[in-house]
Amino acid sequence: MTAMSTRGFARLASGAAGTNFGYLDEQTKRMIRRAILKAVAIPGYQVPFASREMPMPYGWGTGGVQVTAAVLGPADVLKVIDQGSDDTTNAVSIRQFFARTSGIATTTSTAAASVIQTRHRIPEHRLKEGQVLVYQVPIPEPLRFLEPRETETRRMHALSEYGLMHVKLYEDIARHGHIATTYAYPVQVAGRYVMDPSPTPKFDNPKMDDCPALQLFGAGRERRIYAVPPYTRVRSLEFEDHPFTVQRFDRPCALCGAADTYLDEVVTDDRGGRIFVCSDTDHCEERRAAGHRGEAA
Amino acid sequence: MYVAVKGGEAAIANAHRLLAHVRRGDPAVPELGLEQIAEQLALAVDRVMTEGSLYDRELAALALKQARGDLVEAVFLLRACRTTLPRFGHSAPLDTGRMAVRRRISATYKDLPGGQVLGPTFDYTHRLLDFTLAAGLPPPPPAEAPAEPDAPMPRVTDLLADESLIEPSPPEQPGAPVGDLTREPVSYPTGRDTRLQALARGDEGFVLALGYSTQRGYGRTHPFVGEIRAGAVMLEFVPEELGFPVPLGRIALTECQMVTQFKGSGERPPQFTRGYGLAFGGCERKAMAMALVDRSLRARELGEEATAPAQDEEFVLAHCDSLQATGFVEHLKLPHHVDFQAELELVRRLRAEHAARQAATPPMLQEAAE
Repeated sequence: MTAMSTRGFARLASGAAGTNFGYLDEQTKRMIRRAILKAVAIPGYQVPFASREMPMPYGWGTGGVQVTAAVLGPADVLKVIDQGSDDTTNAVSIRQFFARTSGIATTTSTAAASVIQTRHRIPEHRLKEGQVLVYQVPIPEPLRFLEPRETETRRMHALSEYGLMHVKLYEDIARHGHIATTYAYPVQVAGRYVMDPSPTPKFDNPKMDDCPALQLFGAGRERRIYAVPPYTRVRSLEFEDHPFTVQRFDRPCALCGAADTYLDEVVTDDRGGRIFVCSDTDHCEERRAAGHRGEAA
Repeated sequence: MYVAVKGGEAAIANAHRLLAHVRRGDPAVPELGLEQIAEQLALAVDRVMTEGSLYDRELAALALKQARGDLVEAVFLLRACRTTLPRFGHSAPLDTGRMAVRRRISATYKDLPGGQVLGPTFDYTHRLLDFTLAAGLPPPPPAEAPAEPDAPMPRVTDLLADESLIEPSPPEQPGAPVGDLTREPVSYPTGRDTRLQALARGDEGFVLALGYSTQRGYGRTHPFVGEIRAGAVMLEFVPEELGFPVPLGRIALTECQMVTQFKGSGERPPQFTRGYGLAFGGCERKAMAMALVDRSLRARELGEEATAPAQDEEFVLAHCDSLQATGFVEHLKLPHHVDFQAELELVRRLRAEHAARQAATPPMLQEAAE
């Protein structure tokens, strides 16, 4: 190599400004939209798609980012949360990514958002028609830890062969007296496919049922997209004598006093001091703005 | 009053500024130029191009510089660039028989048409640190031989093929679709084209360890290096509107043909089978390991019992990509406190129930139980 050309530099220096709206090219978006349409048509079914390599690492939301990029339009308002909060580093990073590559408006308000990308939580605020909730999914296959082989699990889904999952839940009950799955708790969608809700705490499972918003799930590394269309039945797996239950906190949020939300435990000192506060920061702030107060506020 | 933690935005921006500062290092030391990286760290560049699936020395050198020499991070940068590039189609099949050979060795023949050409190799060097290099002394000029431009250098596998001792190359299938796992999701079982692509992109360390495992009995194939050849090959492309091949330029490649034993089956006579490895530049270790694993992954096709990890297509293909692996391992750094909270609540409850059971059991029975 004698002299370096400047071709590569020019290409890279143009950076985000030189990329298409929402980063992905239009052919890729079309491919993803086709997968989404199929996913919506077969609720809970994992549709393989040609996941692209994104400029953020696998496992950090590449599936969610691709789904969001494929559904975003210029008029959309985007909210991104991680662990329920708009302020966690990865949520900030993904929000900045879309602000930079699409120039669309962003918000932290659940009610004001048209597209919400999330990792590990469903907002407390009830979603409404026309909204899209995009989940980042690490392992889309609910049967993966019971059967590591894709060829096997696909067959099990095709035959609705979900006995293994029920045996696993039953073994929990036999050993602990109750089901010991606290997050990524499996659900059955529209009476057919057993689906992984992504690692949301099971506290959030009931919010998926009959939800007015469209729920889309993107797994980039595992190359799967699945969906729950609006107003679809989503049942958490259970037994007649061991019905599904959600986590309960024995105290309200220390900031806004809410008694019906999922709480983060915050260690406040090294003497065992701790308080519990809403994991959904937007919901908590809204309540405080409306005059609600907890014991630490 | 408690205030929830904020400020992720400023923290990220500051972390990136600090990274840029640390990457540059001591400003009194001259900054590395991309030419220096491409010329003097050529094998790192080759590896980044191979696993990055993008033949561009300049961009690979930039990726290495930006990644502070972290090869996996550099592969990541190159892949993220590649993903934004349009794909026009696929090239005409490479003819490595017409390679401008810089290195060519065979372990199965003492001598052969075209001869053994060592080329620039670490093989047979004594691995002693060279302090003249630290002092920056210029190396002596290379030895020269008279050029023999027309000397034929047939592939060793073609020599054996004359006797049908070795399985022939699969017949050419003009017009048949070529698998591309960057454009189509893999579904198992998949074709050899896609497997070879996955192995070529796969992490060198992982593919190396898998190849090694086959030598140690986990899916043994009794391999011989039929031939390793490295050099430059012309890349040709057939534009639809022209209908004839147009040369795009030369690329540097290393090819490995591994020859392995096969006792034969009901349908096939005893014959040597082959494993194939191909990598950009001088990634010889990678090409060899890839050839071993390619052969092992043909177990099903050859009617062999698949018992070892290297024979398990789904296991190998699902785990060989360094970006997928590093992304998912490193995502554990991301906050998980919502799920951890759910587990905390469960463990507290289990402990409370355990304590209640203990309290309800008379002490004598407790001892008896132990």
